Amino acid sequence: MIGLTRKQTVILGLVIFTILLGYFGRDLSKTLDARWLTKFPSAWVIPFKTYISSAMAWLIEDAAVGPVSFTDVTRTIAWVIEQPYNLVLSLLADGFARGQGNDAQVLLPAISWIVVTTAVVALGQYCRDWGLAILVGACFLYLAIFGQWDSAMVTLASVLIAVPIGAGGGLMLGILAYRHPVFERIISPILDLMQTIPIFAYLVPILFMFGFGPISALVATIIYATPPMVRITTLSLKAVDPEILDFGRMAGSTKRQLMWRILVPSARHSLMVGVNQVIMLTLNMVIIASMIGAGGLGFDVLAALRRLDIGAGFEAGIAIVVLAIAVDRLSQAFAERMGQVHKPAAGPWVHRHRRTTLVLILLVLTWVLGQFSPLLLEYPESQTITTGAFWDDTVEYLNVNYFDTFEAIKVFFLNWFMIPIKKVLLGIPWLWAIAMLTLLGWHAGGWRLALLCCGMASLILLSGLWAKAMVTVYLCGASVILATLIGVPMGVLAALNKRAGTVINLLIDTLQTLPSFVYLIPVVMLFRVGDFTALIAIVLYALAPAVRYAAHGVRSVSEDLIEAGLVSGCTPGQLLRHIRLPMALPEILLGINQTIMLALSMLVITALVGTRDLGQEVYIALTKADTGRGLVAGLSIAFIAIIADRLINAGARQARIRFGLES
Amino acid sequence: MTPKPKLSCRNVWKLYGANAASLLQRSANPTEQDIRSAGVIGAVRNANIEIAEGEIFVIMGLSGSGKSTLVRCLSRLIEPTGGEVLFDGIDLLRASDAELIEIRRHKMGMVFQHFALLPHLTVLQNVMFPLTIQAVPKPDAESKAREVVELVGLEGREDNYPRELSGGQQQRVGIARSLVTEPDIWFLDEPFSALDPLIRREMQDEFLRLQERLHKTIVFITHDFEEAVRLADRIAIMKDGEVIQIATPEQLVMNPATDYVAEFTHHIPRSKVLTVGGVMSGELRGEGDPIPLNAKVSDVAEQIIAADAPLPVSDGAGQVVGSIDRKAVARVLFGKGDRA
Ligand SMILES: Nc1ncnc2c1ncn2[C@@H]1O[C@H](COP(=O)(O)OP(=O)(O)OP(=O)(O)O)[C@@H](O)[C@H]1O
Ligand SMILES: [Mg+2]
Repeated sequence: MIGLTRKQTVILGLVIFTILLGYFGRDLSKTLDARWLTKFPSAWVIPFKTYISSAMAWLIEDAAVGPVSFTDVTRTIAWVIEQPYNLVLSLLADGFARGQGNDAQVLLPAISWIVVTTAVVALGQYCRDWGLAILVGACFLYLAIFGQWDSAMVTLASVLIAVPIGAGGGLMLGILAYRHPVFERIISPILDLMQTIPIFAYLVPILFMFGFGPISALVATIIYATPPMVRITTLSLKAVDPEILDFGRMAGSTKRQLMWRILVPSARHSLMVGVNQVIMLTLNMVIIASMIGAGGLGFDVLAALRRLDIGAGFEAGIAIVVLAIAVDRLSQAFAERMGQVHKPAAGPWVHRHRRTTLVLILLVLTWVLGQFSPLLLEYPESQTITTGAFWDDTVEYLNVNYFDTFEAIKVFFLNWFMIPIKKVLLGIPWLWAIAMLTLLGWHAGGWRLALLCCGMASLILLSGLWAKAMVTVYLCGASVILATLIGVPMGVLAALNKRAGTVINLLIDTLQTLPSFVYLIPVVMLFRVGDFTALIAIVLYALAPAVRYAAHGVRSVSEDLIEAGLVSGCTPGQLLRHIRLPMALPEILLGINQTIMLALSMLVITALVGTRDLGQEVYIALTKADTGRGLVAGLSIAFIAIIADRLINAGARQARIRFGLES
Repeated sequence: MTPKPKLSCRNVWKLYGANAASLLQRSANPTEQDIRSAGVIGAVRNANIEIAEGEIFVIMGLSGSGKSTLVRCLSRLIEPTGGEVLFDGIDLLRASDAELIEIRRHKMGMVFQHFALLPHLTVLQNVMFPLTIQAVPKPDAESKAREVVELVGLEGREDNYPRELSGGQQQRVGIARSLVTEPDIWFLDEPFSALDPLIRREMQDEFLRLQERLHKTIVFITHDFEEAVRLADRIAIMKDGEVIQIATPEQLVMNPATDYVAEFTHHIPRSKVLTVGGVMSGELRGEGDPIPLNAKVSDVAEQIIAADAPLPVSDGAGQVVGSIDRKAVARVLFGKGDRA
């Protein structure tokens, strides 16, 4: 212990004392016969969830402004979304029929798989080149051949509805925020909160308002996918060259002309990035949305997961990935294409729209000839390939032959890493924990932060969710520690070594396009349900930002500093330890912050594999449609996220100030 | 100079900062001290300008001296903190939004330093844009646009997009677009600063050629004194938001108001500023073709030096008003400071 200042000694002492206190907390409280020290007495709990539930019930049953009741509003919203959705769904998946049930008379079947595939190929070719056309064509063929077509089209239909509404609504809100700074100031913290509250928390009230079904799922998806579009719209409108704005005003444009003929077209490039975000988030929601009634691929995965039918789950999961890749690449290419210069072709309509004409002809042909040969309408079931058995066999093989290895790994991690952390966290007396948290807040960011930490932690305590919150912190903390230990070195490596950088980037890109549920399936196959499985799934999901931010931080250390180090004769190792890492610390901290946010948002999903944390609480509330319970647990997760976020940001700021990067 | 001012401003102030308005209310003429202690930025301080009809009025100053801010106050793109702007006798600062839109649509045109072309429109559509938003019927707008595109020498490029053009060509589009509504007054904010020197010269010639045909009232901003001298009828020199001198190029060189102005004019070859009229002698002598009174010395120096005897100088009407000889030219070319 050389060269510790007094302050550092105090901090170290407090940390060690807290850990010891946590480790022996349970036994201590037992011997002292004061169980309330570690276990918050249930008599003191404030029943927030009952309050919220009854408020919701009032909202749905009695709330009204004049003659318009709250239910009228939700019904109208549902109706507005339902019309286009039904149309697209009929076109892509169900076909148009008259009558109900068995005596329904098919008026027009759904668009044939041949036409849809041709259409995406044509779109790919139009947006970029034949390479892209072949890629997206292969993706759609895959869906047909592997028997995922019908589900995939249901999913695609919801994407096709959610994306325009999300992107259009986001654009409108963004424009409003751009025009009226007051509105921006109101909406900005709401967007912040929406991005920290796990989606599940608002699934429950949506379920309550719209009922179980695809409309609820669409509403949830839209709410989830819209916030980034609002942000990007406001930012990119603000980023339009002020000269262009001046020009518009000098030309005598009205306010509306200025917005729609000058600002929006000038910003269209960044706006398309926002649309792409909306698409990716929509696809991310596919499985989660199926919990409140979306059909399609998400439902298949969820059902398989509940049955622990690994093969089927994996297949549907891969189909989601394939669909996501196709839609993502197409939308990116489309965005690029919109930003490019292209000459309008001359000639009659048919000549100018050769691809569209081709697709339309095919559509009519398949509809007419399909009366005689169903092959033209539906991919023949006998020709589909299923890999389900293969995956089952693989898992079986791995489990039979390597069971001991997997088990040993799992037991090692549980005994030496996870269980001790859990024991400490659950053993810390809640009074002490809140006191320490407040102290930490005060140290990092002054009394405001201290107040925030104390207030939010107390609310969690009072709602009676302290133990579950601690399990959440443990699961999330353990995952973040692991993700940091793996991710930061990876990021540093990626920054220092070009070849490694390429490989790592590819890996991270892939990890980020996968919908969160997909991580769960292979891990469950190998390690079965439990905390360890959850841990691995969370680490995989939350790894990306740790890597990205670390790489960016190390890369952006100023050249002058590196040269100064080299001139003073640093070895590469010393350069890393004394210059690169310390200077990159603020960035690395922000990366860890993002990792924590992702980890928290994954928690509810891992509840499926039997964790006993706040995520499980939300999940149960969802299955029981218990609004109060779901919201309280969801908000508790959000509080944990906010506390972590503010503490780390304050820490990163202090580090930046210390290095003179900010004043 | 024609007596009737087209555009004028009186005591125009533009202060940036929280207490800007209250500062100006307290005293109509705050000193530099007042401004600094109030923590505001004086982008334009007490500007008084009168621009005559058909004149090329150049505003000159270093970067950050407030040129753009002043010209934006004149067109009310920026709301001045205080003062008065009169355009054709109308107080612009009192005009309603609708009136302002009307004035801008029909009477003002502006060219920007970085062109400010709309990236999603072709050259022709860009040039048509001001007419499009006025809902001028498309055939009329298009034929008008083709006319100005031809005027700036871009025929054949109508269907290109801005990014397919060179900087010089892009600025020609910007110029065509600002002329398509046939404005009375033409603002140009450093229109050639983003171009490289050769193109810049070419564009200056082009600009003078256009002005010869159009006779607009022009407010031209530049930070390049050489450019100012080539183009200007009169120059206003700005420093730290203040207009420190308004004069013809010749007067600026001959009688700089402050050391700062002198410093500015110091580097410019005097032969490019001074006209024959300014250095000739009043004696009516010499023979041969007379030299015009308003020719720049540098343009006729060779001719005068090559001649053995003094040459006559004539005014615009062809009347001989004086003469000039080698010595006078040599003094301008090689001499220091004082006039002949
Ligand atoms: N929105 C603003 N807020 C605060 N200060 C401003 C603002 N706009 C301009 N200024 C300040 O006003 C002063 C004059 O700026 P202006 O753009 O008019 O200069 P300029 O002479 O056009 O310079 P340049 O040659 O670089 O274009 C500068 O000091 C600038 O920092
Ligand atoms: Mg400027």
